[in-house]
Amino acid sequence: MQGSAIETSQTTLDMQHGHGHAGGHHEAHPDHRIFGIVLFLIAESMIFLGLFAAYLTFRAVSPEWPPEGTPEMELLLPGINTIILISSSFVMNQGNAAIKKNNVGGLRAWFGATALMGVVFLCGQLYEYFHTGFGLTDNIFTSTFYVLTGFHGLHVCFGLMLILAVMWRSLKADRYSSASHFGPEAAELYWHFVDVVWIVLFLILYLL
Amino acid sequence: MTTAGIETTVKPPEPHGESDGNNWRKYFSFSTDHKVIGIQYLVTSFLFYLIGGLLAEGVRVELATPDPDFVDPQLYNGLFTVHATVMIFLWIVPGTAGFANYVIPLAIGAKDMAFPRLNAVGFWLIPPGGILLLSSFFVGAPGAGWTSYPPLSVVGDKAGQLLWILSVLVLGTSSILGAINFLSTILKMRIPDMELNDMPLFCWAMLAASALILVSTPVLAGALILLCFDLMAGTPFFNPMAGGDPVVYQHMFWFYSHPAVYIMILPVFGMISEIIPVHARKPIFGYQAIAYSSLAISFLGLIVWAHHMFTSGTPGWLRMFFMIATMAIAVPTGIKVFSWVATIWGGKLRLNSAMLFAIGFVSMFLVGGLSGVMLASVPFDIHVHDTYFIVAHLHYVLFGGSVFGIYAAVYHWFPKMTGRMMNEFWGKVHFFLTFFGFNLCFLPMHWLGLQGMPRRVAQYNPEFATVNMVCTVGSFILAISTLPFLFNAIWSWIAGPKASANPWRALTLEWQTSSPPPVENFIEEPVLWSGPYEYGIDTLSDRQSVDELLTEVKGEV
Amino acid sequence: MKIPNVITAMLAGIILTLASLWFGQNHGLMPVAASEEAPLVDDLFNAMMTIAAGLFILVQGALVISIIKFRKRPGDETDAFPVDGNLSLEIVWTAIPVVIVLGLSVYSFEVYNSMGGLDPMASHDHGPHQMAMTSGAAIAAPLPGMEDTMPPATEQKIALGVGASPENQGNPADLEVNVMGLQFAWIFTYPESGVVSGELHIPAGKEVQLNIAAQDVLHAFWVPQFRLKQDAIPARTTELRFKPKVPGDYPVVCAELCGAYHGAMQTRVVVETPEDFEAWLQTQIALQKDAASQTVAMNPGELSDGEFLTPFVRDMGIDSAALEQLHPPAHHEHHNS
Ligand code: HEA
Ligand code: HEA
Ligand code: CUA
Ligand SMILES: [Cu+2]
Repeated sequence: MQGSAIETSQTTLDMQHGHGHAGGHHEAHPDHRIFGIVLFLIAESMIFLGLFAAYLTFRAVSPEWPPEGTPEMELLLPGINTIILISSSFVMNQGNAAIKKNNVGGLRAWFGATALMGVVFLCGQLYEYFHTGFGLTDNIFTSTFYVLTGFHGLHVCFGLMLILAVMWRSLKADRYSSASHFGPEAAELYWHFVDVVWIVLFLILYLL
Repeated sequence: MTTAGIETTVKPPEPHGESDGNNWRKYFSFSTDHKVIGIQYLVTSFLFYLIGGLLAEGVRVELATPDPDFVDPQLYNGLFTVHATVMIFLWIVPGTAGFANYVIPLAIGAKDMAFPRLNAVGFWLIPPGGILLLSSFFVGAPGAGWTSYPPLSVVGDKAGQLLWILSVLVLGTSSILGAINFLSTILKMRIPDMELNDMPLFCWAMLAASALILVSTPVLAGALILLCFDLMAGTPFFNPMAGGDPVVYQHMFWFYSHPAVYIMILPVFGMISEIIPVHARKPIFGYQAIAYSSLAISFLGLIVWAHHMFTSGTPGWLRMFFMIATMAIAVPTGIKVFSWVATIWGGKLRLNSAMLFAIGFVSMFLVGGLSGVMLASVPFDIHVHDTYFIVAHLHYVLFGGSVFGIYAAVYHWFPKMTGRMMNEFWGKVHFFLTFFGFNLCFLPMHWLGLQGMPRRVAQYNPEFATVNMVCTVGSFILAISTLPFLFNAIWSWIAGPKASANPWRALTLEWQTSSPPPVENFIEEPVLWSGPYEYGIDTLSDRQSVDELLTEVKGEV
Repeated sequence: MKIPNVITAMLAGIILTLASLWFGQNHGLMPVAASEEAPLVDDLFNAMMTIAAGLFILVQGALVISIIKFRKRPGDETDAFPVDGNLSLEIVWTAIPVVIVLGLSVYSFEVYNSMGGLDPMASHDHGPHQMAMTSGAAIAAPLPGMEDTMPPATEQKIALGVGASPENQGNPADLEVNVMGLQFAWIFTYPESGVVSGELHIPAGKEVQLNIAAQDVLHAFWVPQFRLKQDAIPARTTELRFKPKVPGDYPVVCAELCGAYHGAMQTRVVVETPEDFEAWLQTQIALQKDAASQTVAMNPGELSDGEFLTPFVRDMGIDSAALEQLHPPAHHEHHNS
């Protein structure tokens, strides 16, 4: 459901970008959309905060954590995954730096690399799902584990779609330039957000 | 509602981008004009109000007698669950959003909202959300109350509960999208001369309310996602038998739903702050105090949620903290109430329908607020929690507060929205019937709760039969009271006398343009030629009179 | 002109104060106060009613006077004199509520504390799991099939709710009763004698402690005449400790929505003299010995909810049709008919 919110707001924002002339006056306020996205991300982070708080409470009131019988968590794969996701943020930043210099090719290349890293992350996540040795409803830990990582995974998917959309649109000449690059900027902001959420998630799920 | 009769008094400027003109069909389209969207919101939410009211009448008919004889007890639970969900998520929240949509861009001199398409998406999520919710009656209505506490909510009919969750998620999303839009619009789109402290108070109130929506609604979404997993997949999040904790749900739910009550009252506070000065012909008393108390309420509103859980799984010290924080809210709210009274005091009151409802709002909200402060006191709340005392409190603040305020706003802005005046006689009939019916219905409920009648029951102790009958009669009068309004509104919209641009001689910017305004609101850039509430400056010798100012501006329009 | 104004204001103030004081004492809204704690709550409520009545009269009075005195005169289209604020007035009406609210907080805190709400034992909660672990050590619960969820009767008090008042902290209560809420009935177990009953009997003037638990969903134990209420939460114990005072027959109401027959989930609490209570307890012990030797089916835990409820139908006003619907295929299932 929240996914659809992201989608609608995002497409809407994009549409406004695409057809900026329709509103007539939108060119006059170029920064509102980024502002809107920031507000949207505040809302998004509150969902995650709520879920994290629930997780930490479950953890705090349980006599044993994870509850007995939960298989040991493997740290190597999620560790590599974390590194990939964090570095992808820097890679993506290069793309935006490129478009600020009017280098559409650079934008495409760096965003392509980011997308690839995102896909690797998701595959790693799926691989982990199949090898955890526990199921969704086994106990309170396994349930929160799957729901939290799954919900985050959805956000990664969505960020991926944003990146691909930007790449696709960049095929049209002059869509993005040093003067007008809302799309790449928004996608990057979103991707950083997803990244930060993962870091917190990794800390409290795997390390704590 | 037909709108065929609408004509504009001013020809719209050359069609600009959109060419939907004044065709009634635009109200059924994906219009991005904030005025169309505002009216879409208002009409849709009012229809849902009628449905929610009809469900309430079902509740009252059942409660007319102590036995569960009108509906099956499980269906009864469905009735009040859907009643409350409709009233909150499909009537007050979108209804106030409708007014904000219509008025705020006008009041800050903007051409539209910051994100018009997002705005339209926000509205068009409402009808599907409502249909989802109401369709639950076909599969077994959700029966766990609007709070849907687990484990009860996950052991009953799955289909109905699932529909409830989905519907609230959809409606919550709509509300978040609206909040993003209001915040961006108010913060970024004011005409250049308008500082934050020149804004009409409605804008301050919407800032405060939207900020609350933005940070609290997502947490409800989180809770509902977990609840949905418990319901459909059998996860143990809130299942105490499997290591989960139902109290966590309560915290997450109230982290949204307490702020939700301020989400529902803050916009109304704002509208009342607009309406009272205009019809009292006096500046608002204590502009800044009112503006900042909105922010204070918004902040305090975030840290009091557990006052709904004083008899639940909360330790003693937590109860004490939340008690004190809750009581503190009386201070900023009191500032508002006293300021409104001081605005009225010494004015030259036009006691028209808008003003009557506004004064009715102040006096009825006061009652609800006072009982609210009593509830905040833990030892007392332990006695009355989950009784009819709560039902009385919540209807005094939500009906006596929000609904009275929305009615006042309808009478106030109807001329601007439709270009026609409403009938005053029927407006007053509407007010007095509502006022009488409302108090007859809800005042006795205080006694019921104190004496021992729990809420959410289809059958009760026969000693309460007489008083319940009184409440039921009151609710019938309340239902009948909507009819004069309904006919007045429809008839006036079609054939009421034409309204001028500024029938109330008001000073805020929305009255500087024609009624109804042209597509992009202002033919010329509006100018901020006075503060929003400078009524009565003519009595000070060295200033221009309000009427001179108004004619001057009229020349410009 | 000036002097009469001051006098009317003073007179109004005096009348307002007297009226609120009178109303605060004579509203007659509360039912009998049957426990020792109840009068504390009632005094608090009266204080709040006094303040509320004062504020009510003040604000409504100002509104009514305005409507009469400041309505527009026919033909007068001018505006009113523009007063847009008054700092000292605003400070006053910020400060007074601050004082009231602080006073109420302190007063409520005091009342809550002397009721036992801050009893460290009662309000220290170790979460749902602790319960499950200690229940094994609990005195064997008398109801078959319920051992897992019966509250532990002794030792660790790991509950939420209202505990011992400060002067009694650390002392065990005179009588402990385990309370189990289930759809849609209350079951009371007297751990010392093993008596199981559908209604609660307690001796007047003795400290009583209820250990409250739920079997299926949330319920809430409420006795209006004691002014006490506490949720019953599955797999967790909550506690209410109080001293009943006035002998009589009071309703036990379930105050938390628990399903279709939530409204029917009522029984009674009988406060009786210690002698009567002892007599009642002895008859119950005798009765249950008899019953146990005859048939296990008499044990409420073995009955379906519908059967179990039959003796209470009279009290609850359920008709036979409703009862019919209550017969579940197997007991202890969640069944929302
Ligand atoms: C519009 C909605 C609205 C509003 C504005 C309020 C306002 C307040 N509410 Fe209410 N409340 C609800 C809607 C609302 N409430 C609903 C729907 C429920 C039930 C939910 C459910 O369980 O289903 C509820 C339940 C509820 C509870 C839980 C009761 C229970 O279940 O046990 C409590 C407890 O503290 C409470 C307190 C308050 C307080 C302190 C205020 C304050 O904000 C009020 C402040 C206003 C005033 C105090 C009046 C004006 C002030 C003055 C004149 C100044 C001087 C006054 C004093 C010094 C006292 N409310
Ligand atoms: C804004 C919020 C709002 C509003 C306006 C109302 C309005 C009303 N409410 Fe509601 N109510 C709640 C919010 C609201 N309520 C909430 C949050 C709860 C708690 C639920 C819970 O416990 O979970 C509640 C619970 C509640 C109860 C307690 C149920 C229980 O605990 O068992 C009762 C009982 O009397 C009640 C009655 C009424 C009545 C008589 C009205 C009247 O004002 C309604 C007036 C009637 C009409 C407006 C209808 C008019 C029209 C027609 C009759 C015909 C036309 C119809 C069509 C064309 C479709 N409400
Ligand atoms: Cu048990 Cu309500
Ligand atoms: Cu609240």
